[in-house]
Amino acid sequence: MKLLRTYIDKNKPLFQKGGKFEKLGSTFGAFETFLFTPNHTSKSGTHIHDTIDLKRTMIIVVLALVPALLFGSWNIGYQNGLAFGIERSLLENFFFGFFKMLPILIVSYVVGLGIEFISAQIRGHEVNEGYLVTGILIPLIVPVTTPLWMVALAVAFAVIFGKEIFGGTGYNIMNVALIARAFLFFAYPSYMSGDTVWIEGLTSQTAIDGFSGATPLAQLAQGAAAPVASISDLFFGFIPGSIGETSKFAILIGAAILIFSGIASWKIMLSAVIGVMSIGLLCNGLAVNEYMAVPAYYHLLTGGFAFGAVFMATDPVTAPHTEKGKWIYGFMIGAFVVLIRVFNPAYPEGMMLAILLLNVWSPLIDYFVVEGHIKRRMKRFVIKKNV
Amino acid sequence: MSKTIKIKKGLDIKLKGMAELSIGGEITSTLYGIEPANFLGLIPKLSVKPDEYVKIGTPLFYDKNQPEVKITSPVSGKVVAINRGDRRKILDIEIESDNKFESEQFSIGELSSINRDSIKEVLLSSGLWPYLIQRPFGIIAKPSDTPRDIFVSGFDSAPLAPSYDFSLANDLKSFQKGIDVLAKLTDGKVYLGVRSGSKLAEVKNAEVNVFDGPHPAGNVGIQIHHLKPINKGDKVWTVDPQAVVFIGRLFSDGKLNFSKIVSLTGSEVKNPMYYKTVVGVKASPIVSGKTEASGKERIIAGNVLTGKKMNADDYLNFYANQITVIPEGDNYEFLGWAMPRFNKFSFSRAYFSWLTPGKTYRADANLNGEERAYVMTGQYEKVLPMDILPVHLIKSIMADDIDKMELLGIYEVIEEDLALCEYVCTSKIEVQHILRKGIDLIVKELG
Repeated sequence: MKLLRTYIDKNKPLFQKGGKFEKLGSTFGAFETFLFTPNHTSKSGTHIHDTIDLKRTMIIVVLALVPALLFGSWNIGYQNGLAFGIERSLLENFFFGFFKMLPILIVSYVVGLGIEFISAQIRGHEVNEGYLVTGILIPLIVPVTTPLWMVALAVAFAVIFGKEIFGGTGYNIMNVALIARAFLFFAYPSYMSGDTVWIEGLTSQTAIDGFSGATPLAQLAQGAAAPVASISDLFFGFIPGSIGETSKFAILIGAAILIFSGIASWKIMLSAVIGVMSIGLLCNGLAVNEYMAVPAYYHLLTGGFAFGAVFMATDPVTAPHTEKGKWIYGFMIGAFVVLIRVFNPAYPEGMMLAILLLNVWSPLIDYFVVEGHIKRRMKRFVIKKNV
Repeated sequence: MSKTIKIKKGLDIKLKGMAELSIGGEITSTLYGIEPANFLGLIPKLSVKPDEYVKIGTPLFYDKNQPEVKITSPVSGKVVAINRGDRRKILDIEIESDNKFESEQFSIGELSSINRDSIKEVLLSSGLWPYLIQRPFGIIAKPSDTPRDIFVSGFDSAPLAPSYDFSLANDLKSFQKGIDVLAKLTDGKVYLGVRSGSKLAEVKNAEVNVFDGPHPAGNVGIQIHHLKPINKGDKVWTVDPQAVVFIGRLFSDGKLNFSKIVSLTGSEVKNPMYYKTVVGVKASPIVSGKTEASGKERIIAGNVLTGKKMNADDYLNFYANQITVIPEGDNYEFLGWAMPRFNKFSFSRAYFSWLTPGKTYRADANLNGEERAYVMTGQYEKVLPMDILPVHLIKSIMADDIDKMELLGIYEVIEEDLALCEYVCTSKIEVQHILRKGIDLIVKELG
């Protein structure tokens, strides 16, 4: 380690102001601080600081995503096997899927981090850690058959127009990964929906008889009556879908990590579930068609709801910053998911749009919470009479 | 009426180096000094010249804007130097002690018969006035004001803080006298906040309330918020319990006595304990030989959250009752963010300190990361037991929005109240620095 440190210290001046590679200063800084926590000590205020920093925070989120990533990889292989009647072992399924998923992950990181590094350099800032999470979220919310150039384009669009033009991590209004997803959804709808895109190989070959490849959510949207899949298949994720979204079990492991470490807000997750259940039950009560009669808990187990509620709605930058606001925000996401799914036949899935909509609303939610707070504080104020 | 107030939010950072409840001796130095920079908002004008003889209580300098507010010598002896820095700014005034500790004599009548104005006059001329701190803003009180109430916090809950129950144990009579004096300065009440079982609780002439819970329960600002919050237009005063004792001593015999007991704490101190000394003492005789002396330590006048960094050659801050010595920590850590870091404390559970709740830590001054924009939310709220939205308040200051600052409660807080927010901040935002900037702006704009 000492050797490495000496090497870095020796070359540092080259990347500082006036050095030969001044233009790569941010890049150098990013790698340096990745390797070594800097030696900066407190200059003002508190002399000691908590051990946590943004790098640790982000790495915990990445860790929480790993179960979904691993299961998603396996499921790619498993679904492919089902579609074409191929028998594979557990590991074969996993590696089949893993090597299908890996290029998407690599493209996402290379393009996204590349843009992050360049824009940090233009601004003369340090490279922010935000993309570490976004980079792994994007492969998990797209179908496995998404062409790589599309992924690259969507990532570039999302990072530049979703984040950098607002000022970078911490200043964006909407969740960056979801902007990438929305870009793909509206720019290339045929690659993002339908019955064939979810299964590797199904876009070019014909499946064995009786295999449709439609996600349970799509089947519901097409008017199929529940149950479209067994509860355990839905929960453990043996269904077609975006890479990371299928297994609610893997997502719950991630949720447990996030809630326990205190990094994501349990209030948002819980209120999103409450939102789904209350609007879902309301629909059940007033049901006039098949979809309205779909049991409310189905909405929790199908589509991207669980993944979105745990990993995307809880993005602290785009969610409300007040604790009360988080309750309202989560609930409305849950409510809108059901409304979009049930009452909008154009989109089988509502989670992406529900979160993006509430991202836009969250400053408004915060505004009202803060106004309420100020009003309550003002009530305390007693006007004194001149004595 | 006495109440018990339970503070739920907050954080006790458990550090190594808690002072043992014993006195390690009496420490004097040849040179004593006062640094004008210790007095917030004061512009010093000298009243002495080098080589002049001063007694305890002889004015050294006064405030340009309020000439009645004087800072006086804590010892008797000869003024040896007035050190100046850039643009002739006065850095400190050094006095060579004659070791006699002779005080000026102040004529004070029977406390029951003297009026408010003569009490103010005595406090101003003796140099004890700067111990009266005004809220809002945490600046020296204005002599023309009459405060709504006066608040004293009888305990310090900050990490490794000294116990006033111990350090003031022999001064309880003076403490009572000091409270009696303060009671005459306000039309309201004197409030004293204590831990349950404190000896200070027996004091009369004040409303005593018990505060239970983690730091910042001992911060007077938190206590005011829970007892009788400050609204726009209100002015209250706060006084440190050690200063209450100084006031009590003066009103007992008309003589000033600035001797006090300070605690020497922190992980780098070999035997942390208390020392008897005098205001303005040089730090070196207290610190030297008693630390691990790795050459890489940081000496702090005060506690690790709000204290001021100092050198061993500097004079102890006028207000400080504690010296803390911690490692500087200006070293690199390989892949620090990925390491388990079992020996470092974190309020979050992203590290493992939650597994060992009783463990004490050797914290250093490293930032443990780089400064970033705000990303995480909900962290500050967990350590601020006030009905205030801290992040919104800080952001309103960043935006120089005075109206919003007022509405969001800037009148109720000073740096120490938000110090824990700065400690837990993932983005390493300099909360205390920003808050003071906001307060300065308000003072400048609104007077």
